[in-house]
Amino acid sequence: MHAFYLAWQYIRHNRIKSVLLVCGVTLTIVVPAAVFILVRFGEEWLMSRAASTPMVIGAKGSRVDLSLHALYFRSKAPAPIGMAEAAKLREAGLAIPVPLYGRFTARSFPIVGATLDYFDFRDLRVASGHQIAKLGDCVLGARVAQALALGAGDRLLSDSENVLDLSGAYPLNMRVTGVLAEERTEDDFAVFVDLKTAWVIAGLGHGHQDVSKADESVILDRTGNTVVANAALPEYTEITDENIGSFHFHGDPAGFPITALIALPRDEKSAVLLRGRYEQQDAAAQLVIPEDVVGEIMEMVFKAQRIFNYTVVCIAAATVLFLVLIISLSLRLRSTELQTLHKLGCSRHTMITLVGAELILIGGISSLFSAGALVLVLQLAPVLMRTFLA
Amino acid sequence: MPLPELQRRALVQIENVHKTYIMGDSEVRALDGVTLDFDEGEFYSILGPSGSGKSTMLNLLGCLDRPTSGLFKMDGHDVSQMDDNQLSDLRLKRIGFIFQSFNLIPQLTVSENIALPLYYLEWDRQRSVERARELADRVGLGNRLGHRPLELSGGQQQRVAIARALANDPRIILADEPTGNLDSATGKQIMSLLSELNGQGKTIIMVTHEDEVAAHSNVRVHMRDGNVERIDRNA
Ligand SMILES: Nc1ncnc2c1ncn2[C@@H]1O[C@H](COP(=O)(O)OP(=O)(O)OP(=O)(O)O)[C@@H](O)[C@H]1O
Ligand SMILES: [Mg+2]
Repeated sequence: MHAFYLAWQYIRHNRIKSVLLVCGVTLTIVVPAAVFILVRFGEEWLMSRAASTPMVIGAKGSRVDLSLHALYFRSKAPAPIGMAEAAKLREAGLAIPVPLYGRFTARSFPIVGATLDYFDFRDLRVASGHQIAKLGDCVLGARVAQALALGAGDRLLSDSENVLDLSGAYPLNMRVTGVLAEERTEDDFAVFVDLKTAWVIAGLGHGHQDVSKADESVILDRTGNTVVANAALPEYTEITDENIGSFHFHGDPAGFPITALIALPRDEKSAVLLRGRYEQQDAAAQLVIPEDVVGEIMEMVFKAQRIFNYTVVCIAAATVLFLVLIISLSLRLRSTELQTLHKLGCSRHTMITLVGAELILIGGISSLFSAGALVLVLQLAPVLMRTFLA
Repeated sequence: MPLPELQRRALVQIENVHKTYIMGDSEVRALDGVTLDFDEGEFYSILGPSGSGKSTMLNLLGCLDRPTSGLFKMDGHDVSQMDDNQLSDLRLKRIGFIFQSFNLIPQLTVSENIALPLYYLEWDRQRSVERARELADRVGLGNRLGHRPLELSGGQQQRVAIARALANDPRIILADEPTGNLDSATGKQIMSLLSELNGQGKTIIMVTHEDEVAAHSNVRVHMRDGNVERIDRNA
């Protein structure tokens, strides 16, 4: 019989007390550590993305909403600005425009309408299949592909934005052409389509379903040139090799909507000039520096964390006092037992060893649980982060 | 079996021992100049009214306490000079304890309780388990090795405690009211077990306040006011 064996018997015999002790110690370790990990992780997650996105132009309004939208495809899409804004940027030669249109979702994942510039800018590689080639194509972020179990060659239907959509824009049945390599950024959680495809989803461009060639069973009445089809006609739009030629857009492309315009300035000077332009009173859109915006958010988070830290120190101190109380009370309850041990010839030194072994076991078990919980927190950090940011 | 007078050997020598407790500005003389020898192989009982110093005497004999003054020798060793570790060691190697309320460790099995002193003696597990089984057999509990104390009757618990007291093969067994928590029939069984052990050569010193229980011993030490009033020996 070994000191730890005796200690273990004691711990097992006093299960409830031991479980409570372990829970108390574990929570005292895990809660502050988890918050620390999540805040650091969140900072990393937010700041690295913000730092790599020099400028975002969008409709006037909340700077935070615009930044979160352009960086993480989050929050309700801001009011759109015209595609003309991108053209102006290119003509001025101050920056490369990377327009985004992100209003729709497919099975709850954001559909991001973008140009190929976006893939270059973010350095997104196609891991399997191939890049978007035609209208109606999409590539999936790694996590989307994983979550929906989709790959190149599969189909993905966009969510209908509104059941009572009067514009008559049907969901688009997109063709998945490829899956992107995992980036461990928000790009893993998005469905990418060409800007034009996004506009088709918005109902701005359409092809003509050739009803005259439709299956006879869906035709209700055919008199002369008027053909009336029933509701069994497909409830979604699909762009096929047959109908792709008939797709066209109405209106002035310069007025077509984008929800954010990432600007990659040529150099420092261009950046300064660009900022100047958008600071003018009559500017139709606003320009934000995501790093500044996210920095402001983090500043607030850190302030909150500082308050939290003080609270945790107080709670931890209280917990330690409670533990001391519990341990001293339980030693008192055990005084007969300890006295018996003493009378049987157990020296004080051995008794201290025994009680120490119990504390070490409780501490060890709590540390194991804490380590397990923290590994879990680390593992779940990306998911937790996305949930908090939603 | 008491040895013939000439061959008697004092296992414990007590000479003019005082034990004084200071309580504020009053002092309690729990032992007040006791002189007494305890011989090897005898069965002693210590009797006396409450507060006469019986437990104080037993604590001293058990090396749980040192006298305030006077000579106290155990098996030739001067106990009054020993520190806590040496006292523990002496208890561990020479003394077995039996308590009124058994004092078994509830979370340990019968076998583990019996083997507890062997743990402090650093015996290996295998040997301890064998020794525990042997002793459990000796007290008639060979079939209860895996039970916990609370699953046993009072008499059975006291048997386990006796087996535990024997684990280190002590010279002296000290018992403070060993039958105090037992009914008289069970008490008798325990007393005959102690007599049996005495017959096997163990020195037993027992505190009791019941003459019927004391009748099992061959020497009865009557105490009063911290001193020995008289000693009765069996003829
Ligand atoms: N730790 C102590 N502190 C102060 N006084 C003590 C202490 N222990 C014992 N005494 C006193 O010493 C005297 C002898 O006590 P002791 O316990 O030896 O009596 P006892 O004969 O065992 O009595 P009982 O039959 O009631 O158990 C008593 O007056 C008691 O109050
Ligand atoms: Mg007493």
